[in-house]
Amino acid sequence: MEKPLGVETASERPSIDPAVDFARAIEHGKPDFAHGVILYLDDISVSFDGFQALNKLSLAIDVGELRCIIGPNGAGKTTMMDVITGKTRPDSGTVFFGQNIDLLKMTEPEVAHAGVGRKFQKPTIFEQHTVFENLELSMKADKRVRNTLFAKLNSEQRDRIAETLRQIRLEDAASRIAGLLSHGQKQWLEIGMLLMQEPKLLLLDEPVAGMSDDETERTAELFLALAGKRSLVVVEHDMAFVAKIARTVTVLHEGSVLAEGPMERVQNDPRVIEVYLGR
Amino acid sequence: MGPVSLLIARLYGPRGWMTLAAFALALFVVFPLCNLAIPEGNPLHLSAYWVSLVGKIMCYAIVALAMDLAWGYAGILSLGHGLFFALGGYAFGMYLMRQIGSDGQYKANMPDFMVFLDWKEFPWAWWNSDQFWWCALLVVLVPGLLAFVFGFFAFRSRIKGVYFSIITQALTYAAMLLFFRNATGFGGNNGFTDFKRILDIPVAIPSTRMALFAITAATLIGSLLLGRYIVTSKFGRILAAIRDAESRVMFCGYNPVHYKLAIWTFSAVLCGIAGALYVPQVGIINPSEMSPANSIEIAIWVAVGGRGTLVGAIVGAGLVNGAKSYFTQAFPEYWLYVLGLIFILVTLFMPKGVVGLWSQWKNRSA
Repeated sequence: MEKPLGVETASERPSIDPAVDFARAIEHGKPDFAHGVILYLDDISVSFDGFQALNKLSLAIDVGELRCIIGPNGAGKTTMMDVITGKTRPDSGTVFFGQNIDLLKMTEPEVAHAGVGRKFQKPTIFEQHTVFENLELSMKADKRVRNTLFAKLNSEQRDRIAETLRQIRLEDAASRIAGLLSHGQKQWLEIGMLLMQEPKLLLLDEPVAGMSDDETERTAELFLALAGKRSLVVVEHDMAFVAKIARTVTVLHEGSVLAEGPMERVQNDPRVIEVYLGR
Repeated sequence: MGPVSLLIARLYGPRGWMTLAAFALALFVVFPLCNLAIPEGNPLHLSAYWVSLVGKIMCYAIVALAMDLAWGYAGILSLGHGLFFALGGYAFGMYLMRQIGSDGQYKANMPDFMVFLDWKEFPWAWWNSDQFWWCALLVVLVPGLLAFVFGFFAFRSRIKGVYFSIITQALTYAAMLLFFRNATGFGGNNGFTDFKRILDIPVAIPSTRMALFAITAATLIGSLLLGRYIVTSKFGRILAAIRDAESRVMFCGYNPVHYKLAIWTFSAVLCGIAGALYVPQVGIINPSEMSPANSIEIAIWVAVGGRGTLVGAIVGAGLVNGAKSYFTQAFPEYWLYVLGLIFILVTLFMPKGVVGLWSQWKNRSA
């Protein structure tokens, strides 16, 4: 049983106020990005058995932004992603996708449909399927049961898969069983799966962990190319990588934002040096 | 190529289709010929014993196939599939009981057990049970609805793995206790037996038995092809993805609850149909079919044959039940030890079952 006792599921959550109910009513429409912000986290708190994983965390990500999030272990980086994607329900606070979509009222698949894609810390792919099938299954499509029973790939979809295979440099491995890929290739495949979903916002948890220098370099290029077209939130420990891609860096510490700004400023912030970089 | 020929090419390769055709030939031509046309005494004659044994094993093979769809592909290990089998059997058994008419021991127009209990009218569950179509409908609806409702709550609450298995085990055990009671209205611990007719045709004559045999064979082959279609479709690939990485499936935007519920309900319906075919051939249905041990045995068939292969489930059901019918006659007291031993040996040395052994051997010689 994945769900601990006492944790509400999305459908059980009572609505908080009429404005939220209104948001619910239009949530199946398109997200509204008129204010140029794709993701708002406001005053999020989460605790597990007395441990405060997130403490009144507030954060806003702009449309097309590439944001890096760093912080020592236990700072709440992964928990933050869990909250955004519907895996963990916060004790308090709000998460909005655009102006109008309340992510806290949605289940994981609904969050994915709204346009949020997530890459896990440990590469999570379908190990028994081929690389091609991994991309096929994650492709943006009608994802209801009755459609998948009769679904067939059209040539446009095949082209999209081929295009993504090229992007993640796995053209030659298309028919290989994904479980046999190297760690770095698995990371790339998972990124490819995210791209197939065509999300508006990508959450990437340690995307270059276990990659060779060369692979890391190419990942940086890919992310920089994506920024602008999509919004990216990258959680990473590899400072060289962060320095390469970061425009704005957010430092988390003990579940809230400690510092935010360009890499050089954050790196020279005495509080950051004390809790993180200095150690 | 037209859609049909595409489908044929997708389901099996030429060798697979040829094997299937050979089996169909054996079941639809050789068996009837040797049983009905060749007279007794001729060494080629197949006795009624073999017809009913193979017919029974084919019913089990359908159950194993259903189990493999849920367990081998979607990773849902049910230890209560015997319940759906028994419910299908009871639903059709009601019709067979009504067909006895007033030929029972008490010569009453009611099943003997009801006369014995001094009941004056049929319980509500027997409504319309003298109609073949209604009972045939119940065969599908009762296991299907129960599985759907149970599955809906279990999957929605994200109950998985061993917790799910234990609950299904408890479910079949509870149902067994319920059906043991006379007051439940299904003959208590004796269940239903002494069937006389089906569609007004005597049930025990060779031609009826052979017809039931052929219908069972057709159902088995049809289930195999349908199962093969399901697991090779995108739907089937998503099931296997749920088995291997459910959270990734969710973050891809699929709702695993719907997928699990669909295959789980389909699996239960297949079991119900198998149960309905089993009862007229074996001639009895009682609550012991719902015993936890029976359901565990179903999982053993699939494990022995090879999970996630469909064909393996059929092979496993055949091998284990063939061995069972031999041992329970030759050394009845040792059968459970043999079964336990088979399970341990398969788990230790053949993680992919008998079918997996075949491919291992092929790889080694290649």
